[in-house]
Amino acid sequence: MRAIGEEAKALTFQDLLFRLQRFWAERGCVLQQPYDVEVGAGTMSPDTFLRVLGPKPVRIAYAQPSRRPADGRYGENPNRLFRHTQLQVILKPPPENIQEMYLESLEAIGIDLAEHDIKFEEDNWEWPVGGAWGVGWQVMLDGLEITQFTYFQQCGGMDLDPICGEITYGLERIAGFLQDVDSIYDIVWAVEPAGPGETGGRRVTYGEMRLAEEEQFSAYSFDYADVDKLWEHLRLYEAECLALLERAKGLFAAESKADALEMKRFPVLGAYELALKCSHVFNLLDARGAISVTERVGVMARIRTLVIGVAKAYAAQGEALAGVGG
Amino acid sequence: MAEFLFEIGLEEVPARMIAGAQAELQRRVVAMLERERLVGIGVASKGFSTPRRLAVWVGDVAARQADVAEELVGPAVKIAYKDGVPAAAAVAFAKKAGVEVAALKTVTTAKGEYLAATTVKAGRAAAEVIAEELPKELVGIYWAKNMVWRAGRPERFVRPLRWMVCLLGEVVAPVEFGGKTAGKTTRGHRVLAGDEAIPIGFPDEYERVLLDVHVVADVEARRQAIRKALDRATRTAGAGLRWREDEALVDTVTHLTEWPSVVLGSFEPEYLALPEEVLVTVMRDHQKYFAVEDATGKLAAHFLAVLNTETDAAGEAVIRHGNERVLRARFNDARFFWEFDQRVPLAERVALLEKVTFQKDLGSYAAKTERVLAVAERLATRLAERGCVLDGAALVQAARLAKADLTTELVKEFTELQGQVGGLYARAQGFTAAVADAIYDQYLPKSMADSVPRGVEGAVLALADKVDTIVGMFGLGLEPTGSKDPFALRRAANGIVKILAEAEPALPLTLGDVVDAASASEAVRVKVEVFFAERLEFYLREAKGQAYDVVKAVLAAGANDVRDAVARAEAVTAVRGSEDFAAVSAAFKRMKNILAQAEEKGDHIVSFEPVFDTQYEQEFWQEVKLAGAGFRGDCESRQYEKALFKLARLRTPIDTYFANTMVMADDLNVRTNRLGMLRYLATTFTQIADFSEIVTAG
Repeated sequence: MRAIGEEAKALTFQDLLFRLQRFWAERGCVLQQPYDVEVGAGTMSPDTFLRVLGPKPVRIAYAQPSRRPADGRYGENPNRLFRHTQLQVILKPPPENIQEMYLESLEAIGIDLAEHDIKFEEDNWEWPVGGAWGVGWQVMLDGLEITQFTYFQQCGGMDLDPICGEITYGLERIAGFLQDVDSIYDIVWAVEPAGPGETGGRRVTYGEMRLAEEEQFSAYSFDYADVDKLWEHLRLYEAECLALLERAKGLFAAESKADALEMKRFPVLGAYELALKCSHVFNLLDARGAISVTERVGVMARIRTLVIGVAKAYAAQGEALAGVGG
Repeated sequence: MAEFLFEIGLEEVPARMIAGAQAELQRRVVAMLERERLVGIGVASKGFSTPRRLAVWVGDVAARQADVAEELVGPAVKIAYKDGVPAAAAVAFAKKAGVEVAALKTVTTAKGEYLAATTVKAGRAAAEVIAEELPKELVGIYWAKNMVWRAGRPERFVRPLRWMVCLLGEVVAPVEFGGKTAGKTTRGHRVLAGDEAIPIGFPDEYERVLLDVHVVADVEARRQAIRKALDRATRTAGAGLRWREDEALVDTVTHLTEWPSVVLGSFEPEYLALPEEVLVTVMRDHQKYFAVEDATGKLAAHFLAVLNTETDAAGEAVIRHGNERVLRARFNDARFFWEFDQRVPLAERVALLEKVTFQKDLGSYAAKTERVLAVAERLATRLAERGCVLDGAALVQAARLAKADLTTELVKEFTELQGQVGGLYARAQGFTAAVADAIYDQYLPKSMADSVPRGVEGAVLALADKVDTIVGMFGLGLEPTGSKDPFALRRAANGIVKILAEAEPALPLTLGDVVDAASASEAVRVKVEVFFAERLEFYLREAKGQAYDVVKAVLAAGANDVRDAVARAEAVTAVRGSEDFAAVSAAFKRMKNILAQAEEKGDHIVSFEPVFDTQYEQEFWQEVKLAGAGFRGDCESRQYEKALFKLARLRTPIDTYFANTMVMADDLNVRTNRLGMLRYLATTFTQIADFSEIVTAG
């Protein structure tokens, strides 16, 4: 245990998030709240996946809890989580000094680069289900991967122009590093204000905040989730998403007679949520060991149809609205 | 003349691509300067690279291209002049050539007299030429994966371009590429030098200027610095220790650093209880750390991390602590997986393979296991028939368990350890060494440099696994094309060739036997055999260093028995330098031509005992037959070199025969007999190699 006097040096989990958000807000990023549908990565939030499409410049940052049911370890493994937290920064187009800005952000959270070893090692990112890929690096700090840095090249099967810079910080990793703890659950999330006569307030740990969730969702994903019902959820979400996409096709076609308001109000975003639901249900089925060889490829193709269909509809909506002056 | 320097500054280039790109840039720049007549052939040049830059220095570049005199040929004289007066054609030609009519000359060609003019093409300034030509070379550089970064997607390159330096002496050649114009300032080390622009006065200052800002631009210098730093750091760990040599890793970290240094870290000795394979994989593949071992090769509880910075003792302590923390977490995970996996023994995991896809149309790994087992059993039967001793029960057990490790957490985490993990678990779970080793070695050899499986059972399992994959993929039309080989089928086939060539004890199996065991359709079988022949050719050339023509000649005489092909190639190479052999090869080329001509003419070449009228010819025939019988005998006992010497001794008789005899005689009977003898020669003596393929001097 660290002596009380030392704790001021290392940021708490929530201070780490505050600092990074402030840092990027000061550099023109709009701070968004986490997306409220289950996603496997910050990239799947519509604030990344859909906003990277089209020509409109974007600067946005948000923390995104990301669920990966198969990664759950019932809270027993000190390094693995069912749900971890990413800080996602989207810069479209990427400024020329994006790497330098990123390095400054590390200084902002108390990492003196002169005292550390930092490397940008090749690591390309790909999400085949979303027809999305990019090239970039994993950023290694003293041998620890703390960030995924990607130049988005394609999304929804479409070439991006301009491209987009994406910086994804692994907040638990960074907090563990800064606080020098061996278990994620020992990370100090927050320190309560000191009471009268006390030198330091009570520490609230990551375990206190999240362990129960890890235990129960691991159990749910691996042992309890009702496989038949999950398949049923998948079918229902998929059917509704497909129906919306079918309507979108007619609505945004060149010969469409729809007015600007109808186009604007058409819920492409709703269709995307349904596609995300399917993706999450798929992950649950996978963790549950319920997807056979033959089914697996087929189900992934079904979800791919939805996700890429949404991306295309989103782009078509943007173009159609630009066409009618909406 | 001036020295030349070009540097392109980039965001971190993937380590695996740097060496190739550095060499290509150097080659392209020098070739461009040669083509533009700005340097002489063989000009001195040197390439540099770090993760953030590629550069090339060239010794002697002309300030301008030399002017070039060119002779233009114009219209015929009889058209150009009317009665000695220049006509319109002459005037137009003079104008086009840029000379006075009076300066036109007459040249005599095969077609008659023509007008000609000598013009001078003025050389251009080197900086101008370079600015125009260099961007085309940059566009042409090959990258395994590239990207776009600017609006409008105007160019593709490996990573965004940040700056360029292009100096001819002290003059800037304003090359434009990727939205940048070359200047004379570079950048130093990201952290140690910051973002300041660093001026370079002259090309020859390049390395020195960069050293001042903590960049070692010379790759070899960096590599040596890393090796020395590894040595130094290892010495502090204790007497008798050394770092485990790993050339590929040295290469990687060389291309990940601009200013390398090394820290020695330690881990808790209790982790040494984990299999060495796991520890080394974590250190090398995941963390790019070097392992430390004692004099007997046993791992010590230390590691070496190569940093891209230089810091003080306090900084070094921080960095060491950070790296140790990461490694401890990784080892902890590995230990957790190692223990966790053992709760479900391999035998029970086989059933789980139903859920692991091998390939969507080829089914699960459970299905693959069944197929590989069947192939392995067929190969074992074939081997037993031929007197090869093998533990059939162990082979069956190993084949059944071979893929079970794919369901373990350890392999999911460290996929590169597939097979090895299965072998380790098999041993821990009480299987015999033959079973465990066969599982452990099933993916060998992974490259031409890799070793083959240790035992017969492992070799057979490896053959069965590989041929099943190849036949399956070919059956789906997924064979490799050009540079595309997504299922690494070439590597698999190379592995089969290498096992057949090098397994000890030798496996009496041909490539055909291996394909047969996989029960392919006839169409697939034909394709796979061609594919195997190509891989055998590759093996003979790349692994055995055999000359192109020797390989072609040897394979023309048979490409089914790998060991035999190797022995024949080695024998041909051993004798090919001799004058007699070269002459015999030339004679075979001649015979082959004569036979081909005869066939074209419709001559019927029958195989009966030729009869000759002259005693000379009859004696020659007897000599040929005698040599032929001896040759065949040597071939049967695979004494190919001896056989080839017998053949070489026929040189003089053959040469004399051809000098004195016209094979294609007018008399049909004579001709037929002579052709029959030629065919005997051509078929008997080409069992080792088709000598007509051997390239002979002259």
